[in-house]
Amino acid sequence: MTLTLVTDRDTDLAARVASPLAVRGMTVSYGQTPAIFSVDMTLRAGAMTAIVGPNGAGKSTLLKAALEVITPLAGSVTVFGGTMADMRDRIAYVPQRASVDWDFPVRVIDVVMMGMYRQLGLLGRIRGRHRALARECLDRVGMSDFARRQIGQLSGGQQQRVFLARALAQEADIYVLDEPFAGVDAATEKAIIAVLQGLRDAGKTVLAVHHDLATVPDYFDDVVLLNTQVVAAGPVADTFNEENLNAAYGGRLTTARADPESVAG
Amino acid sequence: MLADALLLQLGYNATLVAIGAGLLGVASGVAGTFLFLRKRALVSDAISHATLPGVGLAFVIMVAMGGEGRSLFGLLLGAGISAAIGLLCVQWLTRRTRLGEDAAIGAVLSVFFGFGVVMLTVIQTMNAGRQAGLEGFLLGSTAGMLRGDAILLAVSAAAVLALVLILRRPLALAAFDPGYAEATGWSLPRIDLAMMGIVLVVTVVGLKVVGLILIVALLIIPAVTARFWTERADHVVIIAGIVGGLSGYVGAAVSATAPALPTGPIVVLVGFAIFLFSLLFSPRRGVLASVLTHLRYQRRVHVRQGLLALAQGQPIYEALTQRLLTRAGLILPDGVPTAEGQAAASKALLDETRWAIVRGDQAYALAATRYDGLTPIEMVLTPDQLVEIDGKIAVPRGVV
Repeated sequence: MTLTLVTDRDTDLAARVASPLAVRGMTVSYGQTPAIFSVDMTLRAGAMTAIVGPNGAGKSTLLKAALEVITPLAGSVTVFGGTMADMRDRIAYVPQRASVDWDFPVRVIDVVMMGMYRQLGLLGRIRGRHRALARECLDRVGMSDFARRQIGQLSGGQQQRVFLARALAQEADIYVLDEPFAGVDAATEKAIIAVLQGLRDAGKTVLAVHHDLATVPDYFDDVVLLNTQVVAAGPVADTFNEENLNAAYGGRLTTARADPESVAG
Repeated sequence: MLADALLLQLGYNATLVAIGAGLLGVASGVAGTFLFLRKRALVSDAISHATLPGVGLAFVIMVAMGGEGRSLFGLLLGAGISAAIGLLCVQWLTRRTRLGEDAAIGAVLSVFFGFGVVMLTVIQTMNAGRQAGLEGFLLGSTAGMLRGDAILLAVSAAAVLALVLILRRPLALAAFDPGYAEATGWSLPRIDLAMMGIVLVVTVVGLKVVGLILIVALLIIPAVTARFWTERADHVVIIAGIVGGLSGYVGAAVSATAPALPTGPIVVLVGFAIFLFSLLFSPRRGVLASVLTHLRYQRRVHVRQGLLALAQGQPIYEALTQRLLTRAGLILPDGVPTAEGQAAASKALLDETRWAIVRGDQAYALAATRYDGLTPIEMVLTPDQLVEIDGKIAVPRGVV
């Protein structure tokens, strides 16, 4: 018994070191009821992982806790086996669109430059290569024609693509996105998923909160089904099935799902 | 007289005041910009009102220690300390209780100010208190301004500018997208603390010039004014500095032309005048510009709708549409289209048909997002694409 426990711990340690981003025993509470409870999540390197679950399941909370933006009641995070403080520069982040002041006086190209602020530091000069990188990132999301527009003049989908370009400018190894497809047009969704799959194919790791069950099998490799606790986690082929979805969504599944045929698993 | 004042020809004190107020204006304009962009402008009101008990306490302590109690440095130190306590109270109330920031500001502002007024009233009954001129901290009093005061303002302004230059990136990031700032490793509480610290310095050194009640205007008005003229945060900072400096300098000069004109309020009024001008005449965000844009847009809509009505042989009812089409030579006064009008109408209908196809075809999804009923389709699609679209129009064009 003792022996197996030690072995478990060893394999878990190995898994955490190997994983780009691993969360253990994460519990976050706003007040007395936990938003997420004792969540374990181990991302697979070079894979696209979706966090899926009903409204109020704690998807965004898990994301923020994994980024150590909010202080948890309990739990720890490792990034490539190290601490977040040492490894944060290897993570790029795309926040929810609603969290931003869209009337802010800033041009599209300047938003992308923000992705380089960590690298530039407080006083680092913006040089030609930084501008070139910003333009290249805009080009990858198909927004180079809009570089000099004020950010608020863009449509929701265009804004989301600029945010993705800013994350690309971070030149990170892990890309964390909070509802990247919420409220965007079909063309943008296609453009974003193409960029993300390109990152995955280049060996990068992608983690996204996702709300559209119908597209999970098409877009993602791994899935974490969340409802305060982890209901199931693993490769989409093994995990994303009727039984687990019912367990995660309960009676709400029929309303949460656009097309019942496509989630057969 | 005003020209003399602006050219610093009204004597030593007036010159000092004009330079000091100008420097204060630059510093407060720059410092206030990020406060405004972070939507926390009113916190500065709590800070400024929270200075008053500190001024009173510092005076009492200095008198108790056998001094005269009028040392400006001592008074400002007291003001700074009590303002910092007030600020911490606002932060604590906002973070640790269920009070919103507005309620926290209201509570701190009024309690500290009330306490300060009590202190001032008590001090008035003291022997040393009558000549202290502490009430000058309420609305500013520049009459007895010394060279040292101007130097203090200059040093503080330089410090504020240097700090904002160093912190411009985290300050902008925290204001635009706080979630991203935190996720990429910037400490939001520390950025906010730095911003509030800068504002606190400006507030305290500005007390003698504009007073604690009006300093908030000098922090907010320049930034709001600058926002009318640019869509870039770094330019807002620079323009706000210029607007603030101009308000301070011109305001002080104007008030020097007559003994009955108080400096602080005049400075604020000059700033307001620049704000009003910007509000009305800014080319992009001004009231006049938006009215003109709206009218132009309305005319384009009327012409477009009129042409589509002509193409479909429907009568035009609206007087404005008729007037616009007549003036453009597209219809005769009796409503009959001219040859030119016929051509324009057919073109409008053709474009509308093309748009309908574009919007119904997934392949053109991106182009379809630019449909607004007015944008010429040639601006969105290439000639090749137009040929392709025209091939899909089922009805022979001759019918149109």
